Amino acid sequence: MGKVIVVTSGKGGVGKTTSTAALGAALAQRNEKVVVVDFDVGLRNLDLVMGAERRVVYDMVNVIQGDAKLPQALIRDKRLETLFLLAASQTRDKDSLTPEGVERIIGELKKYFDWIICDSPAGIERGATLAMRHADMAVVVTNPEVSSVRDSDRIIGMLDSKTLKAENGERMEKHLLLTRYDANRAERGDMLKVEDVLDILSIPLLGIIPESMDVLKASNVGAPVTLADARSAPAMAYFDAARRLAGETVPIVIPGEKRGLLGKIFGRKAA
Amino acid sequence: MLTGSEDVNLLLTKSPVDMVNTPLTKITKVLTDARSIRIKGRSFLAVVLSPDLPLDEWLVRLDDLAARSAGFFLGRPVVLDVTDLDIDRAQLTDLIAGLVQRNVSIMGIEGARPSMLSPGMPPILKGGRPVADFEQPSTEPSAAQPAPQPKSASAETRAPMQSIVIHEPVRSGQSVIFPEGDVTVVGSVASGAEIIAGGSVHIYGALRGRVMAGSVGNASARIFCRKLEAELLAIDGIYQMAEDMAPSLRGQPVQLWLEGDVMMAETIS
Ligand SMILES: Nc1ncnc2c1ncn2[C@@H]1O[C@H](COP(=O)(O)OP(=O)(O)OP(=O)(O)O)[C@@H](O)[C@H]1O
Ligand SMILES: [Mg+2]
Repeated sequence: MGKVIVVTSGKGGVGKTTSTAALGAALAQRNEKVVVVDFDVGLRNLDLVMGAERRVVYDMVNVIQGDAKLPQALIRDKRLETLFLLAASQTRDKDSLTPEGVERIIGELKKYFDWIICDSPAGIERGATLAMRHADMAVVVTNPEVSSVRDSDRIIGMLDSKTLKAENGERMEKHLLLTRYDANRAERGDMLKVEDVLDILSIPLLGIIPESMDVLKASNVGAPVTLADARSAPAMAYFDAARRLAGETVPIVIPGEKRGLLGKIFGRKAA
Repeated sequence: MLTGSEDVNLLLTKSPVDMVNTPLTKITKVLTDARSIRIKGRSFLAVVLSPDLPLDEWLVRLDDLAARSAGFFLGRPVVLDVTDLDIDRAQLTDLIAGLVQRNVSIMGIEGARPSMLSPGMPPILKGGRPVADFEQPSTEPSAAQPAPQPKSASAETRAPMQSIVIHEPVRSGQSVIFPEGDVTVVGSVASGAEIIAGGSVHIYGALRGRVMAGSVGNASARIFCRKLEAELLAIDGIYQMAEDMAPSLRGQPVQLWLEGDVMMAETIS
């Protein structure tokens, strides 16, 4: 059975879609079967970042409403044959995602894929709760600034109360992905420190992704950054994060600092 | 006890605001149906605003409170208590309009004389009870205003103080509401989270959100935390905002208590 990951944040524009695509492509490059699922109905973006926007015929809402079978709606990546996309509808309103429909689709995807990565919309409304509902594990995407941290804290509270796992009394595994980390701004002190974010959120750190033009360049050519330029700094950070997701122990390095800071932080107990 | 913010419906603060337990009746109308009409009673905790004269000054103080605690009245049922308030219909109309303008939606008015009322105003509420099982200390300024109901005999029926322990961080947007007694959190209370306890509150972690101890009229309640970074602290309705707190206390292990109407604080080690 595949593992369901929700990539979520509360706050918008922090890098959920970028991270979903990058982690998905990184895991697929390990020859694992991966599907990335866009839950952002009406504002779909993942197809663009994946470079598949012209190949979307059917989307998740079509499958829910019975207009298409699930395999018809799965779009295989042109570069990686173990990577697939299930697109969100651009035209339907967001109520067309029903809890029953989502449950059925996730249940089916789990049979065929090793990883089901759900790109959550921003906010704490229905779309976000549906995206997290069936997750086994959450990647909480946070920028090192106060409002993003507070929204992430709120989302962590929801992960611990509104998901199936939580309702069954199980513990949701949560990982912090600190994105758009700017070493220069960190040096000047106009960004929250990594330790402070970890202290506030008290969940283990999955990785720190540097702020980089390479992310924009990748999305302009329609490729996850881990495919567009595997040697770039953000790609390498995403590869490391993917290895940690897969259970490997990889030391964490704060961008711009030479020494590894791990043990202490990654080894921290999950909240 | 741990709920999302959408469930939050109670708050106690400084003197002009106190709480009553307001019974509301929900009626479902059925026309020619043979089935009987179902009427249910339900209790809600409401914030009670008791304005004093002059009203414009009171509104300025209200604005100050709201500005310092964003979203203070958002989604909370509010009752306007105008008992003993010497105003006429026009002034009451203005007052309600002023509150509506501030996004405070009034679900009912208490203590209004018939001459003050006009159609379209929120309904009259009667029989509100303070939620306190405790005698309100006479130093409490709002005690000067007549309570809606005598609270005699409550001393004998007072339930023993209870306590709850929460073993995880209280996250932004979550509320822990425990009027029955003490709350202990083994973990931090996030910015945007709140703890409302009838008794004392103990935080074994950083306190970054709001804590209201002694919320049902218990002036001997205390607040303890390992690291003080709170947005708001209140004991028995006497509150302090972040900017009121001594800078030397920030980040420190602190305990807070009341002496009369003054909130005292000291570091603990
Ligand atoms: N590490 C990074 N360096 C530079 N730019 C980045 C980085 N990560 C994301 N961005 C940029 O930030 C913007 C928002 O990213 P993205 O769309 O992934 O966020 P999101 O959380 O999915 O947003 P939404 O909440 O709207 O769905 C994009 O323009 C993206 O290119
Ligand atoms: Mg997105």
